[in-house]
Amino acid sequence: MDQDHKKLKESPFPCEGLEKVLSFIDSHKDRSSASLVCKDWYDAERWTRSKLFIGNCYSVSPEIVARRFPKIKSVRLKGKPRFSDFNLLPQDWGANVHAWLVMFAKVYPSLEELRLKRMTVSDESLDLLARSFPGFKALSLSSCDGFTDEGLKAIATHCRTLTELDIADSVTVDIGGGWLSCFPEGFASLEILNFASLQCEVSFDALERLVSRCRALRVLKVNESINLEQLQRLLVQVPHLTGLGTGSFMQELTPRQYEGVQSAFSNCKNLQVLSGLWDATSLYLPLVYGACASLTFLNLSEADLRSGELAKFLPHCTSLRRLWVIDTVGDKGLEAVGLSCPLLEELRVFPIDPYDLDNRQGVTEVGFLAVSRGCPNLNYVLYFCRKMTNDAVATIVQNCPDFTHFRLCIMNPGEPDHLTNEPMDEAFGAVSKTCTKLRRLSVSGLLTDMAFEYIGKFAKNLETLSVAFAGSSDRGMQCVLEGCPKLRKLEIRDCLFGNAALLSGLDKYETMRSLWMSACNLTIKGCRLLAKEMPRLNVEVIQDEWSDETHANKVYVYRSLAGPRQDAPPFVLTLGGEDI
Amino acid sequence: MPADLNLRLGLPGSDQTDVDAAKSNKRASPEKAEDTASNGVPAAKSADDHETAPAPKAQIVGWPPVKSYRKSTAAAVKKAEAESGMYVKVSMDGAPYLRKIDIKLYNGYSHLLTALEDMFKLSIGEYSEREGYKGSEYAPAYEDKDGDLMLVGDVPWEMFMSSCKRLRIMRGADARGLGCAQ
Repeated sequence: MDQDHKKLKESPFPCEGLEKVLSFIDSHKDRSSASLVCKDWYDAERWTRSKLFIGNCYSVSPEIVARRFPKIKSVRLKGKPRFSDFNLLPQDWGANVHAWLVMFAKVYPSLEELRLKRMTVSDESLDLLARSFPGFKALSLSSCDGFTDEGLKAIATHCRTLTELDIADSVTVDIGGGWLSCFPEGFASLEILNFASLQCEVSFDALERLVSRCRALRVLKVNESINLEQLQRLLVQVPHLTGLGTGSFMQELTPRQYEGVQSAFSNCKNLQVLSGLWDATSLYLPLVYGACASLTFLNLSEADLRSGELAKFLPHCTSLRRLWVIDTVGDKGLEAVGLSCPLLEELRVFPIDPYDLDNRQGVTEVGFLAVSRGCPNLNYVLYFCRKMTNDAVATIVQNCPDFTHFRLCIMNPGEPDHLTNEPMDEAFGAVSKTCTKLRRLSVSGLLTDMAFEYIGKFAKNLETLSVAFAGSSDRGMQCVLEGCPKLRKLEIRDCLFGNAALLSGLDKYETMRSLWMSACNLTIKGCRLLAKEMPRLNVEVIQDEWSDETHANKVYVYRSLAGPRQDAPPFVLTLGGEDI
Repeated sequence: MPADLNLRLGLPGSDQTDVDAAKSNKRASPEKAEDTASNGVPAAKSADDHETAPAPKAQIVGWPPVKSYRKSTAAAVKKAEAESGMYVKVSMDGAPYLRKIDIKLYNGYSHLLTALEDMFKLSIGEYSEREGYKGSEYAPAYEDKDGDLMLVGDVPWEMFMSSCKRLRIMRGADARGLGCAQ
């Protein structure tokens, strides 16, 4: 017994064995836990990590990363706070990827994948990327900006082993389409190509040749410049696609052309994801029916269909798990969803008229209720509406208790329950109480502190909370900070929470990724106090036309190992013990 | 009488008056949101924060939270921008503070330039494509979407309106380099 005990102490688990075991662990959370066990495990983990995930590019520096992880092949990097999607962040705020690329080029020459979200990527950076990594395979730019076709040309020209080019949602202005023609004639490795959000004309000829060469192509999402006839010619080359983003449906087809397109779609037996469909009307929408039997994700967020059109479409999509639509389908359209999509897990309803200029009805609690009755597996919802009631939401979560993501946007700020005229507190109370797996919540409508008391009391798995035009006192924010142990991201705009609320989270912010507060009741003094008490937080005040010497209109707080930003523009004030 | 037979002043297709009346009770406007947040919080500042009579609804920046790239909402975004003002800052070389004007209020370059001459008490010369603004102490320039400094007058008025981010009245000598020679 003694001898065994001694043996255990003298010969720890051999590190090659440990490294072998750890190399099977993919999840960065698990790897983080492993690295905390002891020094040997920390070392084994750092030598075997090949995938890097950095949720906030400013939480750490390229140098720190390079020192710790010697063998990275894949990087996922996120930059700006989410509210930058809605123009709340000035231009040139930061999150420029260049410094990271310079480091990657030096330390990770075998880099294969780079996935960026909300970062600024210049043409110079894309050029550096294209030239620095001979085995580079996958580039994904989600909600990024800063590049033009020059950068894409560099990628197309120099990345010989590229398998994925995905430019989802990225904002580009005045971009040309010449980049597509830069893929060399011998280049044939592409498996995923998505340029749906680029406003440019590409050479169809070049695209057709590219598609015909790339036999392993499984996802193709073209942009609006590609018409139906051209799409048919592409589909004929790659009927085995699993993901398709069509071009524009605005084209007059002869009966013969119609048949040709229809036949091409019918031959796509493996389609799981369908999107695009710009300007699809009831006349041409049926063209795609033949491709929809195995569809699991249907993205109609660019096609303003009406209820009847949706009702005719859905019965062809018997395997549907995710559906995105525009609210032109109305409550009636959502009733059809409830009837036709029993396997549905995710629903997103986007507004055609967010600024209420045309007095469109959109959807109400009626549609949401109908979906909840027919789709018990619903776990993700994003719902834009003008009217909602507490009772409806309570019933909805009774029908669908498995929500992990509940994002309800009642578009008029401070709108009460439209039947009782009461605040929407009970609605979100019901969500918090009933949906025990809830990880992400966006609240809206007229809300008092009561709503936040509910959230703090019941939403114990909540990780992300978005709040706008809500609350009655500092206590609201305090309830959330004190009550939600797993909170990682808190974004607040146009609420009356002030310094007391901010400072009540002193101990909390280091356990979170970030806090955003804009148009609230914070002062520079209060932010300075936070910065002084918590030196490992970066407390940044973004100065804009609504700020002055006392009022802090836009505040971004995040934990960081890298200290204050070195690249902060003049309008970003980093607060510290002494201001930087 | 059917609504479309009513004669009234307004943009074709706009049906604001009846709609506003019906909804004014229920709708919690951004102004109301300011009231509820009563302790001096500058809530919801809208782009449209000057007096307008039959209110185009005041736009709150970034609300509702829809991404602007969506084509389905891009039309709405453009329309919303069209209905609210298009305010740009105007600076003059040598002047201590800036002014702000709504370009939407002008129906063309000559209208805009006359207003600028009036506002800053100066004279801006004759525009020619080849030589820019000749024979004047000052020349009007603007910063476009890409951040480039451009001479006012080179592009069609509509294009100017949508790309102008800021105006700068430069001294004639400094502005010569902005001539249209390509």
